[in-house]
Amino acid sequence: MQLTLWTYEGPPHIGAMRIATAMRGVHYVLHAPQGDTYADLLFTMIERRDQRPPVTYTTFQARDLGGDTAQLFKNAVADAYERFKPEAIIVGASCTAELIQDDPAGLALALDLPVPVIPLELPAYQRKENWGAAETFYRLTRGCIGAFPRPARTTDRLVKTCNILGPTALGFRHRDDLHEITTLLGQLGVSINVIAPLNARPSDLARIPDADFNIVLYPEIALNLATWLERQYGQKFINITPIGVGATRDFIAKVAELADIDATAMLTQTASRLNWYSRSVDSTYLTGKRVFIFGDATHAIAAARVAADELGFEVVGLGTYAREFAREIRTAAKLYNIEALVSDDYLTVEAAITAANPALVLGTQMERHIAKRLGIPCAVISAPVHVQDFPARYSPMMGFEGANVLFDSWVHPLMMGLEEHLLGMFREDFEFHGDAAPSHLGGKPVQAQPEPVLTTNQATAIWGADAEAELKKIPFFVRGKARRNTERYAAEQGTALINIETLYNAKAHFSS
Amino acid sequence: MNDLTPISDVAIPKIGCGDLPVLRERGQREVFCGLTGIVWLHRRIQDAFFLVVGSRTCAHLIQSAAGVMIFAEPRFATAIIEERDLAGLADANDELDRIVDQLIERRPDIKLLFLVGSCPSEVIKLDLSRAALRLSKRYTPALRVLSYSGSGIETTFTEGEDACLAALVPELPASPAQSLMVVGTLADVVEDQFRRLFAEMGITNVGFLPPRRAADMPPVGKGTKYILAQPFLAGTAVALDHRGATRIAAPFPLGAEGTALWFKAAGRAFDIAKSKIDDVLAKPVARARAALMRQRAVLEGRTIFFFPDSQLEIPLARFLSRELGMVLSEVGTPFLHREHLAEELALMPADVQLSEGQDVEKQLDRCRAAAPDIVVCGLGLANPLEAQGMTTKWSIELVFSPVQGFEQAGDLAELFARPLRRRALLKV
Ligand code: SF4
Ligand code: SF4
Repeated sequence: MQLTLWTYEGPPHIGAMRIATAMRGVHYVLHAPQGDTYADLLFTMIERRDQRPPVTYTTFQARDLGGDTAQLFKNAVADAYERFKPEAIIVGASCTAELIQDDPAGLALALDLPVPVIPLELPAYQRKENWGAAETFYRLTRGCIGAFPRPARTTDRLVKTCNILGPTALGFRHRDDLHEITTLLGQLGVSINVIAPLNARPSDLARIPDADFNIVLYPEIALNLATWLERQYGQKFINITPIGVGATRDFIAKVAELADIDATAMLTQTASRLNWYSRSVDSTYLTGKRVFIFGDATHAIAAARVAADELGFEVVGLGTYAREFAREIRTAAKLYNIEALVSDDYLTVEAAITAANPALVLGTQMERHIAKRLGIPCAVISAPVHVQDFPARYSPMMGFEGANVLFDSWVHPLMMGLEEHLLGMFREDFEFHGDAAPSHLGGKPVQAQPEPVLTTNQATAIWGADAEAELKKIPFFVRGKARRNTERYAAEQGTALINIETLYNAKAHFSS
Repeated sequence: MNDLTPISDVAIPKIGCGDLPVLRERGQREVFCGLTGIVWLHRRIQDAFFLVVGSRTCAHLIQSAAGVMIFAEPRFATAIIEERDLAGLADANDELDRIVDQLIERRPDIKLLFLVGSCPSEVIKLDLSRAALRLSKRYTPALRVLSYSGSGIETTFTEGEDACLAALVPELPASPAQSLMVVGTLADVVEDQFRRLFAEMGITNVGFLPPRRAADMPPVGKGTKYILAQPFLAGTAVALDHRGATRIAAPFPLGAEGTALWFKAAGRAFDIAKSKIDDVLAKPVARARAALMRQRAVLEGRTIFFFPDSQLEIPLARFLSRELGMVLSEVGTPFLHREHLAEELALMPADVQLSEGQDVEKQLDRCRAAAPDIVVCGLGLANPLEAQGMTTKWSIELVFSPVQGFEQAGDLAELFARPLRRRALLKV
């Protein structure tokens, strides 16, 4: 058993729902008790979808357990087919039904429906949401290929085509990323064969093998499938996540290579404002800002590159909750000379952030809450999602416009350039007294709350009057940090009384 | 209000709901399981911790139902069963003990721990009541450990609270003294209002179940008369009966009328003079009626359709039809407790269509055909219905917000009026 306060990922059948809900013409019959229907609200409330997910739950009860839950399941499949007339059906069990072993696959196939029926085995006690989504996408595509007629593939086409694989329902900015990337491919002159699963039909999945190559937009969802397609159909795939200016250029170069086109024009133009904004003098103040990054592996790794290479931040923490991608995140962390954090324990992540004491957190909704408590600015870069992660405006993470979005959404939470400088200069003026906060932070002083959970056994050193007075001279917006750093330094050095010496020793120690 | 009859004179006819036709459905249900009750129970009992023994699905449900993750360390958590527990590689009871140790080390302030059963823990027959006994012994007297089931195969949404309170009843201190017990979670502000009114009527020995703190469990015994503040407490009532307490039958304290009848029933049970009761209630009833008057303009004559959710549907429908002039389309409830709802059913219009249980697709068909002015439904259905042009009210808010009592009657009506007013405002 594992003690869990908050989870980063839902169970694997939620992943399957993200695929079914993204698509058209698919229905998912899930053997599950009534409470599991909560999953609908993820889509209708968080993502504000205007339709219910295409899911029928059997909602068996305790009194059914002695009787015939298998019959209940069979009826549910038959009724769902009659009512929704889907082009393909996926069937499976949630955690509880997995235990009662009714064999949804056999039961559904026995109905002999005139559409493909694809059974899913999603081990609920071992796997999680993203794995479930990837497995479903792979099984469903395999099941649909061959089940639908498709025109013979024309060899030696003049224009190469690609598939875009990965965008789902309830995905972090998938809708806007997809728009950005399809526009980009259009400008490059690459034609798109199939986009899946978002808005695809089962018959579209059957056409996936027709393309020349695949674009894996979200490896968590589509890498399995792309790997299989490469083995099976010799389709090469691109697994470069185009987040940030550099990665977008790498992506374009690779697309150009596989599509046999010349992308020089697009690679030499400056398509994003990030380049100039980051070079403009105002951004000098961003130099070396300590940033802690946590999320799904793809977004975390991509964010680290942007933070280090395009904004000049210092990456002091990098981690993911997705164990499946532990190797990738460890490799990436080496670039920044840090140890990657691989954990889905919210409290471990909180402890790591507290210890790293960053100036900015880039994380999920969970880290947003941690950062809020610690009084550290934060921007959200990854699922798990929240209603705020589906903004009304166009707000991609990917491509050149995505880079602009990253610049704005990461830099605004920080105190900015001249403003920070002016506050420092005028801090003793009455309007800028130490308790005042910049007006853009909403009027209330942002204060780090002491975290009882994390108190260590190290005794906190006592502040001498001289050091306390000196501390007051430090601009208020870094004072809290200076205090924490000094206390940490004192604890590490075994110093019981903090004097001016300790204060400056600590400053020297932490700024090196 | 059109109905100027003083509330005290409304006679409650003694009929059962056998008189009202009930459509019984058994199909796909679109409701939460009893684990959801943790979201409000943990806020009410401020030193209790709820440990669900379940799957990642259970953890995800509570997190999603709680909506925002606002609490640094919430007073609920899930012990997620893993493959090794199922494969017998780890003894589930040892594992549970280890997790509780871990929890108590982190939260020594916890006085009452609930082990909450889920579908997986029940299907693998993990005996949480035995585990609770064992752990209680280990931690006594600092901590009491109890268990109940919030599983979706046993409980529907608010029935989780019923199971929780029923587990508390055997723990209540015994006392033969005359006392009144109000049963069912109420917001603190509502509890305080109710205490004041009871005190004015002359009933002072009043306890609330669940209490705000684990140490304040109300005593129970032969002298205890209890009155339900919530309609979904079947199991708790049986447990209280076993302890010798007797139930005061009454409608539920929703709206001016329901609240007045509820207080009158309590007053009568304690032999308070009718004039005294009327005196005490006169002002709050008048205030509540005035507040309702304002919402009546928006709601009168509008039709309303209830999907089954919390078992509050029938009292709510009674309130909306009698005090606000709404027209009842279908009133669905997950479970119809005929005895506890007898006083409510007697007040319902004779032509009401009640339904019990659910077959969600068929019910959606009926709802679309009825085209009501407003639909009360769960979060999974609300936006899709709005997209089809219907106006909806999410039912979960009716459970999370303080809606009981005189002072909240206007707020309760406002919850239904707001979506209609909003729809009228929007020009997009
Ligand atoms: S219905 Fe059962 S398995 Fe699903 S969340 Fe509720 S208790 Fe857990
Ligand atoms: S007034 Fe507001 S925006 Fe302008 S410098 Fe001050 S804090 Fe920043």
